[in-house]
Amino acid sequence: MTAIIEAQNLGKSYGTVMAISGISAELNGGEVLCILGDNGAGKSTLIKILSGVHQPSEGKLLVFGQEQKFESPRDALDAGIATVYQDLAVVPLMPIWRNFFLGSELKKGRGLFKRLNIKAMREITKHQLAEMGIILRDVEQPIGTLSGGERQAVAIARAVYFGAKAIILDEPTSALGVKQAGVVLKYIAKARDAGLGVIFITHNPNHAWPVGDKFLLLKLGASIGYFKKSELTIERMTKLMAGADDMADLAHELERKN
Amino acid sequence: MTTASTQKDTRQIMSGRTARVLRRPEVGAAVAALLIFGYFSSTTDAFLTPAGVSTWLYSSSLFGVLAVVGALLMIGGEFDLSVGAMTGTTGLIVGIMTTQFQINIWVSLVLALVFALAIGAGNAYLSMKTGVPSFIVTLASLFILQGANLAITKLLTGTVSIQGMADVPGYDSVKVLFGSTLTIAGMDIKVSIIWWILVTAVASWILLRTHVGNWIFGVGGAFNSARSVGIPVVKVRMGLFMATSAAGWLVGMLQLFGVSTVQATTGLGQEFSYVICAVVGGCLLTGGYGSAIGAAVGALIYGMTLQGIVFAQWDNNWLKLFLGVLLLLAVLVNLYVRRRAGDRS
Repeated sequence: MTAIIEAQNLGKSYGTVMAISGISAELNGGEVLCILGDNGAGKSTLIKILSGVHQPSEGKLLVFGQEQKFESPRDALDAGIATVYQDLAVVPLMPIWRNFFLGSELKKGRGLFKRLNIKAMREITKHQLAEMGIILRDVEQPIGTLSGGERQAVAIARAVYFGAKAIILDEPTSALGVKQAGVVLKYIAKARDAGLGVIFITHNPNHAWPVGDKFLLLKLGASIGYFKKSELTIERMTKLMAGADDMADLAHELERKN
Repeated sequence: MTTASTQKDTRQIMSGRTARVLRRPEVGAAVAALLIFGYFSSTTDAFLTPAGVSTWLYSSSLFGVLAVVGALLMIGGEFDLSVGAMTGTTGLIVGIMTTQFQINIWVSLVLALVFALAIGAGNAYLSMKTGVPSFIVTLASLFILQGANLAITKLLTGTVSIQGMADVPGYDSVKVLFGSTLTIAGMDIKVSIIWWILVTAVASWILLRTHVGNWIFGVGGAFNSARSVGIPVVKVRMGLFMATSAAGWLVGMLQLFGVSTVQATTGLGQEFSYVICAVVGGCLLTGGYGSAIGAAVGALIYGMTLQGIVFAQWDNNWLKLFLGVLLLLAVLVNLYVRRRAGDRS
């Protein structure tokens, strides 16, 4: 089986600064790849390469075995890679179904009478969200009335419906409470079970561990480990991420003096 | 689907048919319009006579065309304060070109429209490229147009109004389009009322039934989100500014051919009236929410109050006070609706 996305030694430099270098990983369908790292570890640079915003300055990006050079996010989208950013690209005051199809509206009729196919869009939205496990009485309600986790789910469902084979979730749980984060993890599992490849970016090992199949740990722009779940424990991952020595030092420093 | 049942939406406060009606942005305005209609109908004799009705409908129609198109622009997240002055400018352009320079009246109409569209595009370009709020950009164009209206008219005609429009060749055929009066059920219906209804219908169709309407809501509601889902945000706003200026032109023509003359001061003091109509009709000042029909109802309230106060023989300064209070109420109601609609981000 060819991987949906395969990164081979990806690197990106901005001028003389190396943002990331030597990143390799692969993502198969029905799999969750977690990318973990602290602020400044290079997570956003990596996402931007995968989603077509930036071009890598070294290494190769293979999509379904074919080398790809994305010129724009549109190219990545056409290749089946959808990115759900933190702001989710939703408009809070608009009804859920209008948000779902925003920018890709279904139309019927022709000429001057070309109009929205509202009935179809409502039904598809309802159906797609039900697939994700969100049962709504009314897709007419503004999307802002949904919880943060549910809005994530709408964004994921939208990406799936519009043909994504792999979805990249940029810190989907970082702004959420414990319970809502759990909700999002469930949606990630749902997308995985539907056969999609999911790249889940986070800095929280507790969120990554339950859903992840593979873990790519980044630090200061370089990979400090790429593991299958069986090769790792959450304790070890946490230590690797924080840097065990750093944490010991910090603990020492914070100790009460008297 | 084992998790499905645990995800019931408990957050939905209102549901069902009544809720769907109450959630509509124009409902508050419709209630207010009914109250005002009831009040002036019962307290004045003239308000409900055929002549009275056609008076306040005519008055509403002129505000209405601007309010409805202006509402689309506001939903798209921008303002145009210059459009009131634009009604004067376009009227003066046609008036001066035909009476002073004997230019064909149809050509003058088209040139005035082209001028309006160019100003609209200029407003859009300046505010989109520089990021200066359209409130400021169009405040500047408002002053420029108002100043030009007076100064250039005086310079070219020596007076501050256009005389002799009725003698211009082709005047009568244009008047059919913009200044005629139909008699329906014993009432004199000015053609501007037909325009008002037509503009409202088309704007509402675009807003609610076409993808362009979806884009307008998107651009006004969350600009960056709209851009990242691939909506041509600049084109949408450019189109809205140009449509608003075109509406200014239409009202300019309706005024010019309705009374066969135009004052250089036309539109003075009217900068905010269409904004008030739109907000009273349920538009949010911050964009992303509102309705074309609501704005039309807002204009109806404006027109009824304006004429109702005259019929009731009150000092017409009460109009401004009343409108101010109404605007404040509308903003508060809109704010409440918006909170209720859960704009939590």
